[in-house]
Amino acid sequence: MTPLVAREVWPQNKVLKGIPASPGIIIGPAYVIGDKNKVHISQTYLATFDQVTLEIERFRDAVMHTRQEITTIKNSITDEFQEHAYILDTHLLILQDKLLYDETIRLIQQEKINAEWALQQAVKKAQALFNKIADPYIKSRILDVEDVSERVLRHLTGGNPFNLGNLSDPVIVVTHDLSPVDTTQMSVDKVQGFITETGGKTSHTAIMAQSLEIPAIVALEKATQEIDTGYTLILDGLNGTVVINPDPKMLDIYLQRKKKFEDFKYDVGKSSFLPAITLDEHQTQVLANIEFQEEVDLALDYGADGIGLYRTEFLYLRQQQLPTEEELFEDYQTVAKMMSPNRVTIRTLDIGGDKFASHLEYAPGINPAMGLRAIRFCLKEQTIFRTQLRAILRASVFGQVRLMFPLISGIQEVTAAKRILEDIKAELRREGHDFNQDIPVGLMIEVPSAVMLADLLAKEADFFSIGTNDLIQYALAIDRGNKYVAHMYQPLHPAVLRMIKQVVDAGHAAGITVAVCGEMAGDPLYTPVLLGLGVDELSMNALAIPVVKRIVRHASMEEAQDFARQALQHGTVNEVNAYVNGVMAKRFPEVFMFGRELASAA
Amino acid sequence: MPNNLEAKLPVLNRLGLHARAAAKIAALASRFQADIVLEKDGAQADARSILDILGLGCPQGTEIRLRAEGPEAFQAVAAISDLFFQYFGEHS
Repeated sequence: MTPLVAREVWPQNKVLKGIPASPGIIIGPAYVIGDKNKVHISQTYLATFDQVTLEIERFRDAVMHTRQEITTIKNSITDEFQEHAYILDTHLLILQDKLLYDETIRLIQQEKINAEWALQQAVKKAQALFNKIADPYIKSRILDVEDVSERVLRHLTGGNPFNLGNLSDPVIVVTHDLSPVDTTQMSVDKVQGFITETGGKTSHTAIMAQSLEIPAIVALEKATQEIDTGYTLILDGLNGTVVINPDPKMLDIYLQRKKKFEDFKYDVGKSSFLPAITLDEHQTQVLANIEFQEEVDLALDYGADGIGLYRTEFLYLRQQQLPTEEELFEDYQTVAKMMSPNRVTIRTLDIGGDKFASHLEYAPGINPAMGLRAIRFCLKEQTIFRTQLRAILRASVFGQVRLMFPLISGIQEVTAAKRILEDIKAELRREGHDFNQDIPVGLMIEVPSAVMLADLLAKEADFFSIGTNDLIQYALAIDRGNKYVAHMYQPLHPAVLRMIKQVVDAGHAAGITVAVCGEMAGDPLYTPVLLGLGVDELSMNALAIPVVKRIVRHASMEEAQDFARQALQHGTVNEVNAYVNGVMAKRFPEVFMFGRELASAA
Repeated sequence: MPNNLEAKLPVLNRLGLHARAAAKIAALASRFQADIVLEKDGAQADARSILDILGLGCPQGTEIRLRAEGPEAFQAVAAISDLFFQYFGEHS
């Protein structure tokens, strides 16, 4: 058994920076996935009497589990080794010894520190006591003390082979990357926050953390090297800062910041259930983007006027086999019912690209974003497409369901997809299934060719939804994953603003509504511009809804139109950015405090 | 029965107050309603704490002072003294 080695040097107040991926501030112990199950100890200050009580309880629990563990070992000792059983009796006595047990509790109470640290201090005192002993045999018994305390520590830190499913205490999970599988198998109530070394604002970790309403930071390089299990972390998911082992002063600064943020959040939240109407009574819709059925609750909590984008890939990625029609139907029906009478826009499968599913057996290309994905994939894999369309149509009678095709690049794809849809409708009629014969069919405008053809496409559609993430990427030829050009991904690029205007004008000319469902819709900085350009609906990450609604309710359509007109006058992205930032900083200063981070969109 | 007692005890066993002997003292001392203290050269150890006893560092030949206070002080001193004089059950 390795003796417990006190870590003499551990980083304190060390600051790391990553990309904020889910808003909120949390303070707690790190759990590093990928380290070799080391037990490291750091100091945490307990702020409240309740925390002290809980910490003592946690320590007693760990001691109780250690006692059970030792007793089990003792009882399993065979006769030939009975002579050694007394060592375990000794360990049981050490476990409840006042120098270890009482002293640890005393330290937790008086010093207001975490159990691990308190226990380590108690062990250090025992070590000092034993150091003075001259007799080498007795002196060496400190090993028993160390052995016992290490057992307790392992119970305290949950230091058994790691499995996200059996975390016993709330932790901040620190890892290289989180796969959707990791997250589905996780006991989410035990995770207070996420830190990953990879990923971006739209990565799975970000979306997951936002839907769980826990703070997260992604793209924090070397996180698993810098952070050890048991370190105390401040995780600021608003600005992407991690503070390792904060001192009381730093802790205090962050507790105050946490409070300010939560007050703001509360304040904004109060207006989230009011309608999104401008000061001059122009009605708009603020909707939620969701990825899982479970997020509907979140959308409702944040005052969504409906679901503007239901991404349907999750059910296809969750398991090895393709989902059945019944599974899909159950899921869509549930979401439709939960949102009723508000509408749910279901986007057909946008698989391929980065969300490639292994069971579909296509090798990802060098440039998957421009490869076989979305509507192209569905038109090729018609069995999969037809199954999904059947499920969506059957769910359409349980609420206000709308259908939307992704990545449309021209008329032919729309014609082909609609032909299949009509075919399915005929099939369902023959089978006697109930469905909405006039289910609205929308097109996602996210390929520049679709912008150019918007007037023609508008005649084929009941609504448009502009997917700004892809549109900006394709229009500006920017791969956001490439760090050399990522900064050139600019939502306010003059070309992007003109494209949005072109799509809105074409849609309105044909009498259909135009939504924006990309990240841009959920960034409150852009809300007035988009309103002014004539966008009818904004669909976003649920978290952004309250802030965006607040801006809509505090702006007038007249000023927004003027604002958009001015923005369109500028020829360079820097000019547009300067203009929009300048006006917004004056007009909505609170957006610049916390608003954007709170809305931090995915 | 006096509730405040004191005894001088020699450590006779070969290994001294090592883990096993200390464990026996601590386990026994916990059974009595008395505060029991071992003293060596002015240093004190709570007889219920195995670590305290080990910390006194008492090899063979050490003389310690056993003090007990409480309703069962007498029984405690008698029982613990026995341990010392029976070499803590070691076969020597």
